Parts: sequence; structure tokens; C-alpha cells
Amino acid sequence: MTVELEPIQGRYARMEIGGRRQRLYFEESGAGIPLVCLHTAGADGRQWRHLMCDPEITRHFRVLAFDMPWHGKSTPPEGWEGAEYRLTTVGYAEIVRAFCRTLELERPVVMGCSIGGRLVLHLAIEHAAEFRALVGLEAADFQAPWYDTDWLDRPDIHGSRLCAALVSGLIAPQSPAVFRHETLWHYMQGGPGVFKGDLHFYRVDGDLRGRIGRIDTKRCPLFLLTGEYDYSCEPADTLRTAAQIPGVEVAIMKEVGHFPMSENPARFRGYILPVLEKIRALPPSSVQA
Amino acid sequence: MADDREKSGGSGGGAASDADAHAAATFAQLPALANADAWLVQRGRHLSTECLIEIGAVPFYASIAAGRIAALERGPQLMRPWRFAIRASARSWLGFWQPVPLPGSHDLLALAKRGELRLEGDLAPLMANLQYFKDLLAAPRRLFGGVGS
Repeated sequence: MTVELEPIQGRYARMEIGGRRQRLYFEESGAGIPLVCLHTAGADGRQWRHLMCDPEITRHFRVLAFDMPWHGKSTPPEGWEGAEYRLTTVGYAEIVRAFCRTLELERPVVMGCSIGGRLVLHLAIEHAAEFRALVGLEAADFQAPWYDTDWLDRPDIHGSRLCAALVSGLIAPQSPAVFRHETLWHYMQGGPGVFKGDLHFYRVDGDLRGRIGRIDTKRCPLFLLTGEYDYSCEPADTLRTAAQIPGVEVAIMKEVGHFPMSENPARFRGYILPVLEKIRALPPSSVQA
Repeated sequence: MADDREKSGGSGGGAASDADAHAAATFAQLPALANADAWLVQRGRHLSTECLIEIGAVPFYASIAAGRIAALERGPQLMRPWRFAIRASARSWLGFWQPVPLPGSHDLLALAKRGELRLEGDLAPLMANLQYFKDLLAAPRRLFGGVGS
């Protein structure tokens, strides 16, 4: 009997993040330019598995995806039980930078989706020199809230079912059922209050309006891609953000929602391969630190 | 919780239009669609509630008992109580029921964000059974060749 092994390998890494010892789970596949992928709020790194199994990508890129603390197989930091989890901009940026530092990734590409996409914009503003290129999926400087996050963490409502039900409408109707439901399964597996805590960054702490003009794409190229069915980060939100960034490349993805890499991997592939091709082809002048 | 809108024509504005009549006739088939879906009923087995669903100018009162639509009564009915209400224009509902809805018309909360759908009252039963209600209210898509939500 032949075992069908995927090329993805998972490891645990211990590192100092924001002054605390943390234990992060991450997966990786491939070799070449490091490509660090940031999952959406309330989910985990499994969203990126299709990229990691795509030889067209992994023969040029070392694709890595970690589970943020409190998410997936990463351990929440000691003492987590004593306070409400709330992600902040500075804390989130520190997770990404600590991961890249600890793994000694040399000027990686960072691609983030949703809250990861928002963080990519923050990295472009504050830490551009550390990165070869940045890719924001479903990213904008701000987007209008569409529900009250207090519903997400109440003892009388099944949080995991609600988290999945809320985000189910962010998936395009054309996305294959198997990947729609796998994406929702990730949401059903989040810890209590974690999705809500991530959205603190999204809704309260991470408003980038008024700061986007500081992004210099000559220093670090930036790509923004948003699905047309995403009504959390609407195409108009991304286009408004992109209009403030000279040199940014922006695409609106047809028949895609808020989770391009996990809800419709084949369709997303058609959009992301040309972006990765451009990143590979960056001249040395645009990749200097 | 009788509502003035029920007397003045609802969120569709004015008297019932052809779109209202078409959408209401479509929605009236909901009990048969829902109760034939054994998995939907199973998922709603802990849910019993009364809600108002307004299809343009036409209010419908749904009595849900253990996940089944026990009754769907066309209103208005004066002083008929409900736990929560979902209101949208006939045009918005018909867009939502398209086999492949357009972006922004494809989900109840997408419509709500655009201001095309209003949620009122005690939303706890709705939020506790959100996927059930999304699937329930998308069931008429099957009449237009779709597969529900």
C-alpha cells in the first residue's frame, strides 16, 4: 500500500514574543524565497495548505504558516486564563517579526489575509525594510463593522457554530462545497473568545486611516488582492486604500470571497501565481534592505 | 410588538407591488421547502420561536417548532407578537434567492450591511441558530434552480 504523503512538515518553535516565552506551531513546504503566510482572524495556518502542496510555488518559495498564539496548535501563553484575549497592532506585528527572526528568514515575503492583510499594511508602513515584498489579501486601511462582536463569546450561544455561521456568508457562492466547509471547520475549532479577541485588532486598534500615505512601494513592493464577494473587506475598501499608495498593484478577484486561499484554491492560484512570479523577478535594486 | 410598518406597507414602501406579490408567493412555499429538508430540521431541533419575516409589503409570521415550520401565516395581524423580525424589500429577497446571487445580495448579513435588510427585536434565537436561519431563508433558491446557501 502506498501512503500519499503531502510535502507539508509541521514543527513547534519556542521563541520570545513581546517579552513572553511562547510556543508556536508552524508548517512549511518548499525551498527558496521565504514566504510567510498569515491566517485570518479566528482560524489557523491550515488555510494555506494548498499553496504548500503546489509544486509551481514550492520550487521557488519556502512557504511557511504559523498558528498565532491562542490559535490552532500553538499554545496560549502562560496565564492566558486570567485575562481576556485581545490582539493589538503592536502585539501582532511582534509575533510576525519574532517568527521571522527566530527562523532566521532573510527578508521574507509576507502574505496575510483579512487581519493578516491589515497587518501587512502596518508592516509596509512601519517595517518595510525587513521584507522583500508584501501581499495583502482582503486588506484595507479600515472597513465598516457588520455585526456586534459581543455575540461571539457568550455562554448562551455556541461560539464555534456562530463564528462559522457569521463568516459563511463571506465565502463566494461559486466556491466548491468541500473547501467552503473545510474553511468553516477551521472557524468551528477556535477557542472561546479568540475570534472576538482578534477582531479587537481589526476593529479597534488597527485603524490605519491617515497613515497609508507613508507606504513606499519602491522600498517594498506591495500587492493587494480582494475577492468580489467579500463584504467584510469590500473591493471598494481595498481600492480606496490602494488609491493612496503609488506603485501598489491591486486586483479584484472574480467569484472569490474573504478566504481565497482556502475557499477556492484553484481560482486563487490563477491570481497569486503571477504575483509570485513578479516577486521572483524583482530587480536587486528593489529588494535591498 | 405590532408595528406601524405593517399597516403602512412595510419596508417595500407603499402598497404591495408585483415584485411584492411574486416574492411573497415564492416565500409562501417555505414550509414545504424547509420541512422536506431533514438535515435542516435536525439542525434546528433545539429551536422553537416566533419570528416576523417581511417580504416587501407583506409580513409573514413564522412559528418554528423544534426546527420545523409549524405555521407560516401571511399578515398583517394586529398585535401579533414576535421574538425578532427580518425585514427586506421584495427586490432584495428576489436578489438573495437567485441561484447565484450577485456580490452583496448573497448573504443575509451582506444585505444588512448594505442597509437592505433589517434585524429587529431579540436577536438571541437568531444568532444562536444563525446558519439554520441563513439556510432556511435561502431555501427558495431551490425554486429558481439554486441549491440553497
